[in-house]
Amino acid sequence: MNSKVESKSAELSVDDPFAAAFVEQDIRGRSLWVDAWHRLLKNRAAVVSGVIMTIMVLLVVFGPMMLPWEGDFTDWDNTSSPPSLETGHWFGTDAVGRDILVRTLEGGRISLLVGLVATLVSLAIGVTYGAVAGYYGGMTDRVMMRIVDIIYALPFMFFVILLMVVFGRHIVLIFIAIGAVNWLDMARIVRGQTLSLKNTEFVEAARACGVDHQAIIRRHIIPNLLGVVMVYVTLTIPQVILVESFLSFLGLGVQEPMSSWGALVNDGAQDMESAPWTLVFPAAFLTVTLYCFNYIGDGMRDALDPKDRL
Amino acid sequence: MTALLKVSNLDVRFDTREGVVKAVNGMDFEIQEGETLAIVGESGAGKSQLVLSFMGLLAENGSVSGEALFRGRDLLRMKPKELNGIRGRHIAMIFQDPMTSLNPFLTIEKQMTEVVRHHQGLRKDEARAHAVEMLRAVRIPDPEERIRQYPHEYSGGMRQRVMIAIGLLCEPELLIADEPSTALDVTVQAQITELMAEIRKETRMSLILITHDLAVVAEAADRIIVMYAGEAVETGSVDDIFYRPQHPYTRGLLASVPRLDRASDDELQAIPGNPPNLLDLPSGCHFRDRCSEATEQCRERPPLWLAEGGRTSRCFLPMEGGEIAARGNDVEEAQ
Repeated sequence: MNSKVESKSAELSVDDPFAAAFVEQDIRGRSLWVDAWHRLLKNRAAVVSGVIMTIMVLLVVFGPMMLPWEGDFTDWDNTSSPPSLETGHWFGTDAVGRDILVRTLEGGRISLLVGLVATLVSLAIGVTYGAVAGYYGGMTDRVMMRIVDIIYALPFMFFVILLMVVFGRHIVLIFIAIGAVNWLDMARIVRGQTLSLKNTEFVEAARACGVDHQAIIRRHIIPNLLGVVMVYVTLTIPQVILVESFLSFLGLGVQEPMSSWGALVNDGAQDMESAPWTLVFPAAFLTVTLYCFNYIGDGMRDALDPKDRL
Repeated sequence: MTALLKVSNLDVRFDTREGVVKAVNGMDFEIQEGETLAIVGESGAGKSQLVLSFMGLLAENGSVSGEALFRGRDLLRMKPKELNGIRGRHIAMIFQDPMTSLNPFLTIEKQMTEVVRHHQGLRKDEARAHAVEMLRAVRIPDPEERIRQYPHEYSGGMRQRVMIAIGLLCEPELLIADEPSTALDVTVQAQITELMAEIRKETRMSLILITHDLAVVAEAADRIIVMYAGEAVETGSVDDIFYRPQHPYTRGLLASVPRLDRASDDELQAIPGNPPNLLDLPSGCHFRDRCSEATEQCRERPPLWLAEGGRTSRCFLPMEGGEIAARGNDVEEAQ
């Protein structure tokens, strides 16, 4: 292909510099995604956040393996010791001598996992549900959205406490509880977008070409929704992490010996006056993560819809 | 010779909050193989709804009655699956606005091959080769390269060419073009019109051309239907309509566009008034409020004149060489 392009430019460059310049460019298509990606890379806050989050994920996944401590190991020689290089407890230890650094990283695994899984669950349910309701419209839409309204009206905390009481405390229940509530928002957003998409001419053109409904939803509606959905996902992950922290803070979340940032913040808050480091480090990790996701989400929104930005 | 498509007594209704909109009223027409039929009329005359109705593409609140026989099979009574087999494969459609008719997130290749793979079960590379060939047929330069691009990298004229190429992919017997050049600028319009004429000559397919642009019609069509308020007021060959218009509405339309064969100091005549409200059609002739030749008798429904070659006119004015095929009242009573 290269030789072909070269020969063409050689042929044209003599009499038509514009055409030559055009031919020299590789005219492989540049999708809207690539365009958006380039705009995202120009957004400094989003890029920095992305780098920090990558480091954070690597730390959380591999960090605990590198450290000499186990998360549930109690160092009786150093209980409630402040951060220090000498003892090897860089972030200090808690009241029973557990290493805060290891516990923060292991808690991060749970927090990020909950954020990711619960978001994916709500993504899968919400997009399908919303796209179907919006696309078919009419009675289908009305019934489906009224169901959403009803579930929406259930008080979330009540729902979670009920789940815990009936099924006992288990981490899977947290995924279910958060996912069950979050898909409602997703479904609403997706439905609204689908309503406007289904009247576009390319959907009508596809129907006029004899493409069936399922294929239209799959090939034309969902790809056009992805931009909005991706932005929403990056803003949902921190929200979910926060909800999990909140549940853990109330003691409804993950149980010992497992931990999450929320649970650690809860522990730390109790010893805040005597051992502030038990609060500061997990809280810092949590905050940085939330900030980063929000910056990435904002950056993506701007990148995917450049017209919207002032 | 049997007609490729024979539409009879077709009504389109829309249920709205304000009442029932009678968008198309008792349309009858047929199109032969290899023929180009133009449907002309101002905005809101029901041109688009007429074709959308037998393509099964009406909005949810729309309903259609009557008959539309395509090769003897009634399109209006087909199951959605059957209709999906006809649409795109045997009847293809091109829409008005090429800027929004292509999915911005898919490459041209994906959008083109979707159709052939769906209908003809071609393999990916076969479908691609076929699509490239079609792009070449609609004069897209460098089709092997450009097929990998996205719609936003094409100009408006090129996008409409792509739409035409998509319409032609399955070699349909009938192509419906709904104002294919309206959204384009004048020079590109001419190119697209020319292209359609050339392609039609090469493929011998039938074409229904919907437009409000009489210039396009004069060049491309064999026969013309003039629509007003959801009704065919006059049909005839291009020469009949342009040189021997019968219906006052047709004459008004012709007088409202500039023509080279008329003196330049001739003023353009606008038709006074607005089309009637389709929610509440007046009895009698729908055009009478705007017609310069209206008389008392126009309060009754006008008769349908029929002359040689399927030429018709619905008016009280007598048609030269024609005879009355249906009294206005017959239809009124039938409704």
